[in-house]
Amino acid sequence: MNKLTFNHLLGIKSLKISDIKLIFETATHFKEIINRPIKKVPSLRDITIANLFFENSTRTKISFELAQKRLGSDIINFSSSSSSLKKGESLIDTVNNILAMKVDMIVLRHPSPGSSLLLSEYTNSCIINAGDGANEHPTQGLLDSFSLNEKLGDLKNKNILIVGDILHSRVALSNIYTLNMLGANVKLSCPLSLIPKDIENLNVSIETDIVKALQWCDAANVLRVQKERMSKSYFPNDREYSMLFGLNIDKINKIKKDIIILHPGPINRGVEITSDIVESNNSIILDQVENGVAIRMAVIYLLASKMNFSIN
Amino acid sequence: MSKKILLDSKKIDIILKRLVCQLVENHKDFKNTVLIGLQPRGVFLVKRILEVLNIDFPHLKINNGILDYTFFRDDFRRTSKTISANKTSINFTIENKKIVLIDDVLFTGRSVKSAMASIDSYGRPKSIELLVLVDRRYKREIPIEANYFGVKIDTFKGDRVNVIWDDNSKNNIIYIEN
Repeated sequence: MNKLTFNHLLGIKSLKISDIKLIFETATHFKEIINRPIKKVPSLRDITIANLFFENSTRTKISFELAQKRLGSDIINFSSSSSSLKKGESLIDTVNNILAMKVDMIVLRHPSPGSSLLLSEYTNSCIINAGDGANEHPTQGLLDSFSLNEKLGDLKNKNILIVGDILHSRVALSNIYTLNMLGANVKLSCPLSLIPKDIENLNVSIETDIVKALQWCDAANVLRVQKERMSKSYFPNDREYSMLFGLNIDKINKIKKDIIILHPGPINRGVEITSDIVESNNSIILDQVENGVAIRMAVIYLLASKMNFSIN
Repeated sequence: MSKKILLDSKKIDIILKRLVCQLVENHKDFKNTVLIGLQPRGVFLVKRILEVLNIDFPHLKINNGILDYTFFRDDFRRTSKTISANKTSINFTIENKKIVLIDDVLFTGRSVKSAMASIDSYGRPKSIELLVLVDRRYKREIPIEANYFGVKIDTFKGDRVNVIWDDNSKNNIIYIEN
């Protein structure tokens, strides 16, 4: 079996296609395991993982925790609000203190882009990026493509649309990198004010007419408008955004074809997507959540397999 | 590197028939019994056993599956290789069932130990038995023995026992390589 070509999962950008295939193959086995009556394996019983979440999270945090528990590892959870960071301690000092307690792996979510890279360079641990600002959210990118792969088969030449707040989305970037590597065609659809500068250089096209974009695609990944990251107004109001870019039954009926709908959550129902689309047969939103645990188990397992066992 | 043939197709066929008769003697109608082949090599043996059962005892309906125990192995992070997982397919409950684990070669016993830990994920079986084609005796690292075996052989350190299954069963062969 091949090994991963990296020692830290910092972003999809630094991965190779062989890494993605190995992660998907391993996740398939873990998906079978998490559907057994007893959903646990003992592989990581001698590993301790710290989950460092400096931003709020529901799905990702629970998903990582479940993945770690199902692999048999010990876990410590860290909350920035009740930590010494409030007393002025630096991120690197905080992590080095945690590592001194014999922690083997760090899962980090942080509002600053590049924070995972920083830790990988200045601490002696295995780092998994669980979202760093508007940069990357690699496990989300992997699980979205894994879920698409389950439904569409090989993603080569498949048309995948990403709708929503591309400018502030780490999910969009990780999805673009993963889909590009798997040979899919990627199109973005959102107000031009939410398109990052020079995004075309990432081999994506842009379509501001959402119905045309939906007509083109095999699957649409709908992203939330990230108001918490907006320092100014990028569109007049939610109602107008919803009318022009929100997915609803009228727009889906217009295209007269079945497309797969994804959403990484959390969903703002009635803004970027309506409830009838979320709950339709074409939605694989809950499959994404299930696959998230399997993908994170695979990533943790494969990274741990590169850490040699030491009796000391 | 030399190869010594241990069993040819004809001898393997005779052994398979004997193993099947032993299974039938102990499990009668197989109503509460399941046969589980261990990935990767035990899968071929369970397939051959089912073929013989189907010919010699066509009235029997036998639950069977395949089990991968990769994530239960005790050598994770202790070898330079990343251990590759295979498919598991157990589409029935094993709670209170008599399980026969099937593998081609019994060597250190560690695979069987991992498989027994893995099978617990599907419930609590009534009993677990082990059937192997080749038992490399005196090589056990943990106290595990087979309930049914084809042949017992003596091997040296560094020997490798290979079981080759031919698609049409005419050129099956077991040989020792050193």
